[in-house]
Amino acid sequence: MSPAILLVLALGLGLAGWLAARARAWTFRRDSSTGRIAALPVYHAWYVALWIVVPVLVFVGLWSVIAPQLISQSVLSSPAAADLPAFGFQRDAILSEARSVASGSAKAVFNEAANGLVEPYRAAMARYNVIGVLATLVIAFLAGAWSFLRIKPDFTARTRVEKAVMTILLLASLVAILTTLGIVVSLVFETFRFFGMVSPLDFMFGTHWGPDPMSNPDSPDGSRYGAIPLFWGTIYIGAIIAMIVAIPLGLMSAIYLTQYANPTLRKWIKPALEVLAGVPTVVYGYFAALTVAPAIRDAAFAVGISNASSESALAAGLVMGVMIIPFVSSMADDSIAAVPQAMRDGSLAMGATTSETIRKVLVPAALPGIVAGVMLAVSRAIGETMIVVMAAGAAANLTGNPLEAMTTVTFQIVAMLTGEGSFDHPATLSAFALGFVLFMVTLGLNFIALRVVKRFREAYE
Amino acid sequence: MVTVVHPNLEDTDAKMSARDVSVFYGDKKAIDDVSIDIPTKYVTAFIGPSGCGKSTFLRTLNRMNDTIPSARVEGEITLDGEDIYRSRMDVVQLRARVGMVFQKPNPFPKSIYDNVAYGPKIHGLVSNKTETDEVVEKSLRRAGLWTEVKDRLDDSGTALSGGQQQRLCIARAIAVDPEVILMDEPCSALDPIATAKIEELIDELNGRYAIVIVTHSMQQAARVSQRTAFFHLGKMVEYGRTSDIFTNPLEKRTQDYITGRYG
Repeated sequence: MSPAILLVLALGLGLAGWLAARARAWTFRRDSSTGRIAALPVYHAWYVALWIVVPVLVFVGLWSVIAPQLISQSVLSSPAAADLPAFGFQRDAILSEARSVASGSAKAVFNEAANGLVEPYRAAMARYNVIGVLATLVIAFLAGAWSFLRIKPDFTARTRVEKAVMTILLLASLVAILTTLGIVVSLVFETFRFFGMVSPLDFMFGTHWGPDPMSNPDSPDGSRYGAIPLFWGTIYIGAIIAMIVAIPLGLMSAIYLTQYANPTLRKWIKPALEVLAGVPTVVYGYFAALTVAPAIRDAAFAVGISNASSESALAAGLVMGVMIIPFVSSMADDSIAAVPQAMRDGSLAMGATTSETIRKVLVPAALPGIVAGVMLAVSRAIGETMIVVMAAGAAANLTGNPLEAMTTVTFQIVAMLTGEGSFDHPATLSAFALGFVLFMVTLGLNFIALRVVKRFREAYE
Repeated sequence: MVTVVHPNLEDTDAKMSARDVSVFYGDKKAIDDVSIDIPTKYVTAFIGPSGCGKSTFLRTLNRMNDTIPSARVEGEITLDGEDIYRSRMDVVQLRARVGMVFQKPNPFPKSIYDNVAYGPKIHGLVSNKTETDEVVEKSLRRAGLWTEVKDRLDDSGTALSGGQQQRLCIARAIAVDPEVILMDEPCSALDPIATAKIEELIDELNGRYAIVIVTHSMQQAARVSQRTAFFHLGKMVEYGRTSDIFTNPLEKRTQDYITGRYG
């Protein structure tokens, strides 16, 4: 029996508890002289239901981890397991084959040795299933009975239910935070392993990137792990070329939409721009690799630049810039629209034209919001992977020529993790160091952007 | 029903004149057939209960209603005899000549200096730092703010107190040397002391500029103005010398309003 069935069982028991408690609370209410009790009957019902469902869910969670181990232990101690190979792949393969036949997900064994283990598996599974269901029932009954007995006319069920709901909400919000922490910890751990093999100085300041996954992992060549070309490529494509495209276009579209466009036009253009933000980046990648990059190369040939590459930083940066426009424009749009109408009126009443009002009053007043939008856009651009994988090339060039192939941190993370090296090779581990740096930079940018937005908000309240 | 105009208005030098002005927001008529002369040398007060159209009418005098897409103005308004709604009228020039101060102080989020220098700069009235300094000082002095802020001209205008902000807005308006200043309930967001300062300032500016003030406070109208127009339900009910309106109103509705029977 799977955890899913235990889950359904728990919910069924919870429902039963809910109905019983509500009925009991109604009788209190009928019997009381005032027709009032400390909480509405429905809160008593929820109180009991929560007391049944939550402990059962905790048990089911634990049980689904413990039960398989108990089952395999009991199988291993059975006489049929005595002639298994001592350890390694073979043993695990035989055990898992026997398990899948016993649970019904496979029809027959491939390895004859597993045949004898099917029966012990089947028996153990049946046994532990019964134990699991019984334990579930016992827990639900005990918790239900205990909470049911606590229900009295003067029992403050509502405040308790509200506290429980609050705790559940708190746990939900902690999940995201804890996940972030977990990411940081796992990155830090692998990053330290990498820096144990390659000096951080070589990594941070070296100008040659060419890890060889086939080299001897015990004596890595630090001079091949210089990440400067990757950082440069990332900044050049994501923060320079893309922003040269995105900032003016995004800002101009925001100004047009907030100040000049009539409401009907705005109603069409704004959602259309926002759709752009929903296009999967891999689609932008196709567009960059198949349309923009060859066009740029042909244009370069046409003006007599013969060494233009068919994969170029310019192509990736341009397309990335277009991808980022909605981020810049929607933040700029929001912050310009948030400048009080009184500012605009004040300027217009001085005899300023609309364009003077925009340039000298609205944009300066909205600047913090615009800057924050740009920072969020940059942090998104430098974390962007698919476009650069498809259009920017793999060569770690340290150059300012936008027509040459370049590579970025994200591209190299993909390349190193999907490469041929074993997992503990420094070439593979370098992906974690790169990811760590990228994570820190984007985290910093987001942090600053949020602070800026917060100060901006305070200014007009 | 026509506006009752007191007969003893001896001044004839009207700075601005409105003739049969109606204002519509979409289909709704907000101002109905108002005619009035704004004298050059006096302060004119518009009084009346909320929603009577006095602010709407004020905003037609420098075409600030143009910023509201659904607003439409009929009739004729002239400044020194020129129709301000004619198609060749440059609204930028008009607003430089007819300045405005708003209900809530709205200094730009710039320094005090830049707030005052904003108008002269966009209109090209100053060509160098010395001239700008002079205009800023002169305007702040006229607005009675100079001594309070002369040592911190680089501070943000929004850091001042509410009353100071409003005087900064007045300084900003007079920096472009307008001929008319419109004030839309300039004291309604201020405390009594700041209000007294603004009223004092209006007295001092009186005579140099034609001033039109919209106010909710009848005491304020009585204190600062020489001409008063009473608005009710989009119509101008009565217009005359302030002393006459308050002591000898000819219309029953005016009398009811100034004696506090409604509004």
